Amino acid sequence: MSFMALVARDMRLATRAGGGAFLALAFFAMTATLVPLGIGAELRLLSAVAAGIVWVCAVLAALLSLDRLFQADFEDGSLDVLALGPLPLESIAAAKIAAHWLVTGLPLTIVSPMIALLFSLPGRGYSALAAALAIGTPAVSAIGAIGASLTISIRRGGLILPFIVMPLLAPIVIFGAGAVRAAIDGLASGALLFLAATSLAAVLLSPFAAAAGLRLNLGA
Amino acid sequence: MMRFLTMGGYAGFVWPAYGISFAGLAAVVVLTLRSYTRAKAMFAAIESDKAK
Amino acid sequence: MFELANPKRFMDVSRPALPWLAVAAAILIPVGLYLALFVVPPERQQGDTVRIMFLHVPAAWVAMMAYALMAVCSLLGLVNRHPVADVAAREAAPLGALFTVLALVTGSLWGRPMWGAWWVWDARLTSFLLLLFLYLGYIALWSAIEDETRAARAAAILAIVGAVNLPVVKFSVDWWNTLHQGESIFRTGGPAIASVFLWPLFIMAGGYTALFATLWIIRIRTAILQRTVRARLGAETGR
Repeated sequence: MSFMALVARDMRLATRAGGGAFLALAFFAMTATLVPLGIGAELRLLSAVAAGIVWVCAVLAALLSLDRLFQADFEDGSLDVLALGPLPLESIAAAKIAAHWLVTGLPLTIVSPMIALLFSLPGRGYSALAAALAIGTPAVSAIGAIGASLTISIRRGGLILPFIVMPLLAPIVIFGAGAVRAAIDGLASGALLFLAATSLAAVLLSPFAAAAGLRLNLGA
Repeated sequence: MMRFLTMGGYAGFVWPAYGISFAGLAAVVVLTLRSYTRAKAMFAAIESDKAK
Repeated sequence: MFELANPKRFMDVSRPALPWLAVAAAILIPVGLYLALFVVPPERQQGDTVRIMFLHVPAAWVAMMAYALMAVCSLLGLVNRHPVADVAAREAAPLGALFTVLALVTGSLWGRPMWGAWWVWDARLTSFLLLLFLYLGYIALWSAIEDETRAARAAAILAIVGAVNLPVVKFSVDWWNTLHQGESIFRTGGPAIASVFLWPLFIMAGGYTALFATLWIIRIRTAILQRTVRARLGAETGR
């Protein structure tokens, strides 16, 4: 199975009924809805926290769907079959990261301005928010894939995964939300560049770590 | 002496810091030593078993 | 170093080292405490709260050192398959987590009179909170995987990924903190620390380090003994 074929297969599996891709989007919208219910409806308050809320909800939504990234294929044995194929595990991990981003990170990025609208994000923030999410969410998928590869053999892996991945995601959230805040305040900041650098490093290095995690679980 | 106990009015912060630190360290010392003596006893029992 | 990878060798070499380390801890910590509580004068701005520093800073140093040791042992265990290195990494984690908690709690108790709040999202406090989560995630991963070899490798990968990520976390948190500072935040680096404060600090740090080393070695020895016992018992019931 080629790289592209694997990406296409994973996207098909995720987007069919019960695949979970839309669940992430729904989760994103629902957690964002809960926030004003918790902190109050005052628009001034909401617009101050809009960037942070959108980022936190997006990361939570992406984490929600990450625990099944390798687990379904691991349980039904298709991961063993893939590992025997011509594609190295690193490429398999990269393909799965790409597919995960295409069905969660990308839709989250596209929907995020609408969510931000509900929080009356100041006008200058929208393009920064979309850019930051587009740059940052691939890193969420990539770093999350490391956690997913380490927890595939754990039955309740979905509970441990966010736990081990959260501290690693802190820089992404900091730079991502920081970029939006800086744009709103009209400040020049390196946030987007830092975000891009962190994200690039994460996307390039994570497939190797994830492949190492898969290898130790596949090796009988 | 009073000066020492009140810590210049910061007694409520200084003494809990010392108390918590040493309670924590004492707890881990006790736990570590207890499992060490247990493991040594188990090991000795098995060694003498083998010798018989 | 490489000889230590053999459990038997480790037991032989670590036994004579233990009393020395234990004695060092038992001398340095009381001396440091005496200096910190009785000899050091109240600091000009912070008054007597400066005495918390002698607990806070050594705990923070040991917490970071423990993570570094854990990551190095993880690397040795993963790459060279050293059985002792895996155990050493695992046993460093709870100790590191404890020292992180102590650093956070004493920092909070120090911060309340100085900053007027129990918790301030200061760069150092925040990165230590993230360090604590890294430790807890590592411990959770170890205990969630039943097969010991697999657990060791998975945890080792996590520790190494965490170690690679830590500088980025530190940088991002520092950057984030300068972005929305504003309120006056007390900086330790402000007034150069006088030597009255410096010596007790070093002595306490030495004592904490010796205590950590003692406990770490005892825990590794315990784990090796337990493993030997289990292997013997397993061999007997297997027959």
